[in-house]
Amino acid sequence: MSGTSSTVSADQHYVWKRPHFIESFWVRIGIMILSAVYLVYAFSTLEIDFQRVARGIPRAMQIFSGAIPPDFAARGSLIVSGFIESIQITFLATFVGVLLSIPFGFMAARNVTILPVYGLGRAIVIVARSLHPVVLGVLFVKAVGFGAVAGVLTLLIYTIGFVGKLIAEAVEEIKYGQIEAIRSTGAGYFTILIYAVFPQIMPRLIGLTMYQLDINLRASAVIGLVGAGGIGSTLNSAFGRYDYGTASAILIVMIGLILVAETVSGKLRRFTR
Amino acid sequence: MSKLTSGPLSELTNESYHWERYTFKQKMGRYLAFFVVAGLLLWTFNTIDVFWPWVWSAPEEIQDMVSRMMPPNPYAVPEILPVLVETINIATIGTLFAVIISLPIAYFGARNVSPNKITLGIARLIIVATRSINTLIWALLFVAILGPGPMAGVVAIGFRSIGFMGKLIGESIEEMDWGPVEALQSSGSSRGHIISYAIVPQVMPTFWAVTILRWDINIRESTVLGMVGAGGIGMLFQVAIDLFRWNDVSMVLVSIVTVVLFGEVVTGLVRRKLI
Repeated sequence: MSGTSSTVSADQHYVWKRPHFIESFWVRIGIMILSAVYLVYAFSTLEIDFQRVARGIPRAMQIFSGAIPPDFAARGSLIVSGFIESIQITFLATFVGVLLSIPFGFMAARNVTILPVYGLGRAIVIVARSLHPVVLGVLFVKAVGFGAVAGVLTLLIYTIGFVGKLIAEAVEEIKYGQIEAIRSTGAGYFTILIYAVFPQIMPRLIGLTMYQLDINLRASAVIGLVGAGGIGSTLNSAFGRYDYGTASAILIVMIGLILVAETVSGKLRRFTR
Repeated sequence: MSKLTSGPLSELTNESYHWERYTFKQKMGRYLAFFVVAGLLLWTFNTIDVFWPWVWSAPEEIQDMVSRMMPPNPYAVPEILPVLVETINIATIGTLFAVIISLPIAYFGARNVSPNKITLGIARLIIVATRSINTLIWALLFVAILGPGPMAGVVAIGFRSIGFMGKLIGESIEEMDWGPVEALQSSGSSRGHIISYAIVPQVMPTFWAVTILRWDINIRESTVLGMVGAGGIGMLFQVAIDLFRWNDVSMVLVSIVTVVLFGEVVTGLVRRKLI
């Protein structure tokens, strides 16, 4: 260190340089080269067909000229009923989904279960979380037919994946004082869960439910694209009819609704905390 | 005894005193919340457009589908692997594309550094619009414009991520310490210097955290792009479903879970290294 400072005072031409993000020179160069090679390879797999893009530009113009101005009136009642169905799907799926994710969440928490149950709970939560709602939506539409039932089932699984994981994390962080207190009265396993563990995670659970309402509303808009009911189905048929005015109207209402839901969910979460 | 009864414990011996967990106002609030939820549920059940026999037969139907899927077909793997790699590529290039575009958007969308109201408004509008429209809907649009293929997927992933990253990075710019900016201003630095020496170093940790998070999310999202023709494994999934090749479907599902878990492990490692 002292050597560096003496060179600084001796050398008039010293210019400060900011430290590099990765200190080692060779590691830095290595990562750069690897990234460059990967990028060249990845771009080469994209198969950009410029002729197709050129043909796409007039098509884009056609879409946008159809989409502006948005047409709220022509299919107004369809838009309204689509959004109401989306809200209903969201509400049912969140309510039932949160109730179901409580047992799965407890199963996936290492500190309150035995190892085999933990493994099973963990696996269920991980699989439910890894599958995109649209994938689940396609499966449920195949299994139970088009419409809201498939939508509710899809979001149910989606909710279990997300809320279940966070409940498990909350359970793993509980304080043990209450458990010992309840256990000292001679309470059994489930009594301990209900009176010592559950009250500790309740505030977080309510906050999570509000958040999940918001997430499920967003998701319910897309699962309709694969036939699982709600506004997505309306949007899909508007696209299918080349009715871009209605499609853009739906998108605008969707953006508005999502913003409102986000604000309300945030307010409720702050209120319940 | 007389000392005890005169102290705070006297309340315990007083017959008329009851301990209650919630005040009257809290109780009413809880009843209100309860009735609102119950009312909404009742309304939903009464008005939702559902053919109830389908609901009752759903468990059987699902069981039937799962039994057709078992066991997953391992011979589908050679077909799956290339599209799985393509899925990761779409997520990565899409995230890169979003990083490049979201940085200026974040700068213009941050209240404290945006040059004027107009740039602020435009950046905010871009953030809200791109963030609120789902990747799949963007993909639908870009498949129509760019034609089917991974390129449409990359652009769709990128568009959806611009708003997400722009919002989070912009928020971190708004929360940063203003001292370094003032120090540079007082030395007569240009706007470019202020950005690269006062803003960028402070936003760097958030930038990496957001990029990694978004890459992880984008891997999940890119698994479904193929269903609207925008490349990746979704296409194979749709084809297997349409042809009723259920054993292929379950193999695709297994590989989707694998690739998502792979993404999660990688982001975990990178996060521990960087942050």
